[in-house]
Amino acid sequence: MKAQENVYLKKAADLTYDCVQCGYCLPSCPTYLTMKTETQSPRGRINLVRMAAEGHITVNELSVPIDLCLGCRACEHVCPSNMEYGKMLELVKGSIRYHKKQTLSPLRRFCESLIFKYVLPNKSIMNKLGSFLWVYQKSGVKKVVHMRPLRYLLPKKWELFDKGLTEAKPPFRKNDGRRYPSISERPALKVAFFTGCVMEAVFYRINLLSIRLLQKVGCEVVVVNDQTCCGALQLHAGEEELAKEMAKRNIEVFEKEEFDYIVNSAGGCGAMLKEYDGLFEDDPEWLERARHFKQKVVDISVILNKLSLKLERALSYRVAYQPSCHMINVQKVTKEPEALIQSIEGIEFIRLNNPNLCCGSGGIYNLIHFEESMNILDAKMSDIKNTKANVIVTTNPGCLLQMKVGIAKENLHDHIKVVHLVELLAEACEATEKGS
Amino acid sequence: MPLQPDIVDQIVRIIGEERRVLIKKTDLLSYGYDASFGFFVPDLVCQVKCVEEVSEIVKLANREKIPITPRGNASGLSGGALPIEGGIVIDVSLWNDVLEIHRDDMIAIVSPGVITADIDRAAQKVGLMYPPDPSSSNVSTIAGNIAENSGGPRGLKYGVTKDYVLGLQVVTPEGHIIRTGGRTIKNVTGYDLTKLIVGSEGTLGIITEAILRLIPRPQATISLMAVFDDIVQAGYAITNVLTSGILPSKIEFMDQASIRAVESYKPMGLPINAEAVLFIELDGHPLAIRDEADYVYKLMQKTGALRVQKAETSDQEEKMWKVRKLVSPAVARHKPTKISEDATVPRSQIPSFLKRLREIKDKFDIDLVVFGHAGDGNLHPNILCDQRNKEEMKKVEKAVAAIFEAALDLGGTLSGEHGIGLMKKSFMPMEFDQFSLEMMKRIKQAWDPNNIMNPGKIFPKPGDRLVLR
Repeated sequence: MKAQENVYLKKAADLTYDCVQCGYCLPSCPTYLTMKTETQSPRGRINLVRMAAEGHITVNELSVPIDLCLGCRACEHVCPSNMEYGKMLELVKGSIRYHKKQTLSPLRRFCESLIFKYVLPNKSIMNKLGSFLWVYQKSGVKKVVHMRPLRYLLPKKWELFDKGLTEAKPPFRKNDGRRYPSISERPALKVAFFTGCVMEAVFYRINLLSIRLLQKVGCEVVVVNDQTCCGALQLHAGEEELAKEMAKRNIEVFEKEEFDYIVNSAGGCGAMLKEYDGLFEDDPEWLERARHFKQKVVDISVILNKLSLKLERALSYRVAYQPSCHMINVQKVTKEPEALIQSIEGIEFIRLNNPNLCCGSGGIYNLIHFEESMNILDAKMSDIKNTKANVIVTTNPGCLLQMKVGIAKENLHDHIKVVHLVELLAEACEATEKGS
Repeated sequence: MPLQPDIVDQIVRIIGEERRVLIKKTDLLSYGYDASFGFFVPDLVCQVKCVEEVSEIVKLANREKIPITPRGNASGLSGGALPIEGGIVIDVSLWNDVLEIHRDDMIAIVSPGVITADIDRAAQKVGLMYPPDPSSSNVSTIAGNIAENSGGPRGLKYGVTKDYVLGLQVVTPEGHIIRTGGRTIKNVTGYDLTKLIVGSEGTLGIITEAILRLIPRPQATISLMAVFDDIVQAGYAITNVLTSGILPSKIEFMDQASIRAVESYKPMGLPINAEAVLFIELDGHPLAIRDEADYVYKLMQKTGALRVQKAETSDQEEKMWKVRKLVSPAVARHKPTKISEDATVPRSQIPSFLKRLREIKDKFDIDLVVFGHAGDGNLHPNILCDQRNKEEMKKVEKAVAAIFEAALDLGGTLSGEHGIGLMKKSFMPMEFDQFSLEMMKRIKQAWDPNNIMNPGKIFPKPGDRLVLR
């Protein structure tokens, strides 16, 4: 364990030499802006990684600022010396993970491995969770929970998150293995659809709408059987080996058939899929396969923009777009979502003052670091309120939930609607999840 | 030596908020560096937000003889914000509540922690400009800029920070709150303490407020790019433009090593066999600069440019300057450590300086790229190296000394815009004789009798030398 901990830390520290400590990353960092110390900045964290590797601080001390990093990688985007912050972060988290495993209580260790290893990657369990949530949402239980006096028993955190969740997957619905034909006269592309674990269970409707839109622009869509979670949550928790397992399984199942693209509608998952090659640097065979796989991975907005989705219906919304960090900083998809929104007739597009600032969702950061996450969200919400937008568009399930939390927190649900880009586009071309 | 607990208590009482007084190890380690070399851990960091806090803390430190280092966002390149004798770091970066633009007086009044670029952005809204534009302007604080007298590309036409500071509020090393200058353009009342503080690198006090001069914003810009197959010829082209009666707002320079680095990083269509590229920006009235641009275009051709290109739309212009922006990340891919020097020569000596730099590169067998501001003689020779390679760093130390010698031989100076700080102090006797340096020391002694304010900077101690290992 100790040996593994040091291997990861050493590798991370080697990367830190690319940092010239210019500080250009500071204004891009959501935790620096809200926590207001150099310690909670990219430059600060990079320095502390080196300090830990040189033995000036313990891995335990290092874990505090590292755990508070959202991993949004906005710093990487503005870095003038190509410091691979994301890679460093994963390595450090690996080190911290090994370190903490030595001290973690058996119960906690059991729970974590249960979630990362057996729940998220397991379609049937995720489906059951989705169904459970669906019953809860549709049966009226949710309404009762949010009524007085029960509401007061619910911790604030859960009240807010619960309000944000509305579209769970209905029971007995199987999407895996299904094929959806193109519904356009134009020559079709053949694409595989990557469903994602949380996306499929919790925002099932958005996945269905995504497929519908792809059909509309002339794609034959295959929901490849046996696909699993992308592994991002595992990797960001320092579980590199688990992430590798997920990656291998996905690469394998998507190799079974020839596709033009592998499409997803979750900015964070897409970013992970696009970096699968980084997991296999010491494994030439899998590296090759991962490279082949990642070349085909693309965000849905890119395909819809490329194949010029026809938008028939005018919508008179004032729209602000909150891009997913990993979509812009890792996948580098920036123009397409904006172009699609702006192509809808009647839409007034308002650019946020600081769109590239993370909303504070950070995968499951908002669950673990609720207070810090809410401070970041507050900064985002004040930007959003200034735009006077009545629709907020996002491109990732985590951001979608976080923005819904923001709206609930500010009591703005009567004035502002939060949607995934796919939902807005579906409305503008009158597509429904039931098929057109 | 760590601070006594009762001193920490007193500081917490002055600040009133415990979270603005940092004493945890991970925090202290995070305030031990800036963008230069060297790493020194402070004993305490306090994040001040008003002048009374600063005054009280400085009084306490002066009484107890605890070293103080003022710090903005630590983007400096000469070590000004490094607490080299430990003690207290006074961080002003959170103190950014005042940013007033007074349009009729054409001035800005700002708190010390205001970001430089934010001042120009605020001025722009009313048609004015704050010209100093160091490349770190999106990060750097105005107090840091004033303390270091920062420059930037626009310095060619508009001058540097000192040309825009009209007045200051400063906490002296004894804790007194003083005012210098005022809000008028002309002011000859008494000694010009404003100019003394500007560029004093935090050794004479802590800047707590500044009154800045703004100017009318030029209406338009046109940019040109000229490619040369001889680096010295490019130097002559710069001199020719500057003596033609036209003063461009920027002249930036890239040598062959930077051209090749950019082309292998992100191909922008630059000829890799060219030895130098010049980027020239003209600003002013649209009609006037169109005329000037034609003239500069012809002048470049006459001076032997292989290719001249003019950007007239903002898209073309943006693309042109993107090439220049790519130099930093492109050269950084090569080797991790970058030593950025800013020795500066009189304009007429630019071609000779370029020649000397080429000789230094060959003699010491180092990776030297030259890019940056050229029109003001402030070429930036950057040495690329790997700080983990001790042998290489020894060579680099010698090359740095040779660069300074060359600049001084040509009538230049050690530093154009980064400051002396820690990095260059051992070279001070090369530029100043004993008495010139002595007068500076006497000023320091008069202001800071206990030598608590940013000690160890600017003035060399016997035996000091540049160490990059």
